Amino acid sequence: MSFIDAPMTPLDEVRKSPSRLRSLLSFLRKHPQAAIGFVILMLFVFIAIFGPYFAPYGEREQVGPIFGTPSSAHPLGLDDGGIDVLSLLIYGARVTLIVGFAGAVVAMLVGGSIGIISGYFGGKIDNALMRTTDYFLVLPDLVLMIVVASIWGRSLRNIIIIIGLIYWTFMARLIRAQVKVVRERAYVKRAQALGATHTRIIFRHVIPQIAPLLLAQTVLMVALAIFLETAISFLGLGDPSVASWGKMIETAFSRSAISYGAWWAIAPPGIAVALVIMAFNMVGTAAEDSLNPRLRVSHLARRHFRLRPLPDKEPPK
Amino acid sequence: MTEPLLQVDDLVVHYPAGRKRVVHAVDGVSLTVAPGEFVALVGESGCGKTTTAQAIMRMAKVTAGTITYRGRDITTFSQREMRPIRHEMQLIFQDPYESLDPRFRVRDTVIEPLQIHGVTDNREERVRAALERAGLTPAELYIDRYPHELSGGQRQRVSIAASLVLEPTLLLADEPVSMLDVSVRAGILGLLDELRKSGLGILMITHDLSTAAHYADRICVMYLGRVVEEGPAHEVIRNPQHPYTKALVSVVPQSDPDRATKPQILQGETPNPINIPSGCRFHPRCPVAEARCQSEDPQLRPVGGAGQQAACLLI
Repeated sequence: MSFIDAPMTPLDEVRKSPSRLRSLLSFLRKHPQAAIGFVILMLFVFIAIFGPYFAPYGEREQVGPIFGTPSSAHPLGLDDGGIDVLSLLIYGARVTLIVGFAGAVVAMLVGGSIGIISGYFGGKIDNALMRTTDYFLVLPDLVLMIVVASIWGRSLRNIIIIIGLIYWTFMARLIRAQVKVVRERAYVKRAQALGATHTRIIFRHVIPQIAPLLLAQTVLMVALAIFLETAISFLGLGDPSVASWGKMIETAFSRSAISYGAWWAIAPPGIAVALVIMAFNMVGTAAEDSLNPRLRVSHLARRHFRLRPLPDKEPPK
Repeated sequence: MTEPLLQVDDLVVHYPAGRKRVVHAVDGVSLTVAPGEFVALVGESGCGKTTTAQAIMRMAKVTAGTITYRGRDITTFSQREMRPIRHEMQLIFQDPYESLDPRFRVRDTVIEPLQIHGVTDNREERVRAALERAGLTPAELYIDRYPHELSGGQRQRVSIAASLVLEPTLLLADEPVSMLDVSVRAGILGLLDELRKSGLGILMITHDLSTAAHYADRICVMYLGRVVEEGPAHEVIRNPQHPYTKALVSVVPQSDPDRATKPQILQGETPNPINIPSGCRFHPRCPVAEARCQSEDPQLRPVGGAGQQAACLLI
């Protein structure tokens, strides 16, 4: 056994491992849409964290006339209570993002673990869990939302639970399908042949393999959660004590901002919600590409095809 | 013969196929592997070779028959009881591109069996020794790599190293070279041969009769869930008795043109293992079948050379 297929080059010549920051930067360079989304996100996260320090006015402070028009002192005008809309928007960012992230994480934890258990063990466990999932899947979101909010009361915590309750089903189904694929991989069989416990296989082989998907889906789910939070608040089921963007739209709407012609009370939170959702989507869809190392190997990488116009079918006259 | 390491008697594995149909994946296989013996299980795709190996590893449900490992009947062992057995019995998979976790470095893959079986002393040395025993020298060059940075042959060596690290007594190799380039096959087979010489029992599953002929001590030929011929490798190859073995041997290329036989191509395809033919299961494709082959089911019985057995009514 003197020869092995080819002489090996020393490892440090083959692989110069790039730093985390470097790989993040190169990821953003390769996916310009993710870069745009990432910048928007960072901006909103910055506002959510430090907003209260530079918001021009307080979130409950009446600083001018009802539905005061935008001016240099109030760039986005005033709302129905004479509160500065820009300041409200800045305060609302924190609530909206917290609910979005927390709701998505709850959905990820519940849906992810049910999906993993269901997909890995299969059989009767799978059947029982999936029928439960189906049950939650067919419940109309809006009705569930209204019922839960009116029974448990209107608080931020309850909104987060509702969001988790509605979205874990999607997560569970998706993760289950992926786990079923991973479970059949030969290296999982090998671990089984070695006598590894289920816990070990799940934590060492299955979860690392589906982590990119889990992460990308969570990012996408944040967008959905923010949308749902806005919807819940708009229906008047939001936490009455905090100002989220959905709450801003709801108050402006119910205090007939439209008939006053006060577009500035309704448009800014709407645009902010749309921007954040778009940003999360842009980052989420690109994230999966890069987080999966197998996709980096050239022959397995997702290929981008460009559509070329078909030749004219009509014969030249 | 010394006491066999592994003895399989009348192993039957049936899978339900829905609507009361049953897939007869393995339908009465018997074989033995002694320490230091290299046994090849040969047969075409779908004849139940892999299922046999999985049943021995207790990864497929055994319908009937017994599996005896070192004198202990492990057929009905629970997964917990199997753990110490799994320490000594290792399975090498066919596809080195699939059987290594892409997120594990070579070290993690080879150390995993030690972690599973709670071996805590000298892990690093054991890993290095196993890698070098599997022909990956020096170990430093490979130990920190990911599978996608290795060639197919190197991956299979990593896989073998992970099997050797627990110092097993029995290796089940499920087509260890069929996914590899021809140029690296000899290296891997030579490695298995060396391990055999150091006292391991090896059961290699293959569809390649010529590699079996070159490396194995004994050959078992399987057809449709049954062993149709079994015996010392040179007897089975030089003097095949069963018509199926004859057909298989006739298509192996010969280096000497004077000795080359006319390849005998079998008609038709392997029957569906859901509907096993009556009588001798080979009769629909057998070139010499007679009327009684359709009704009588032949059993393995001694034929030809010493220790050779075949299941055919016409011998």
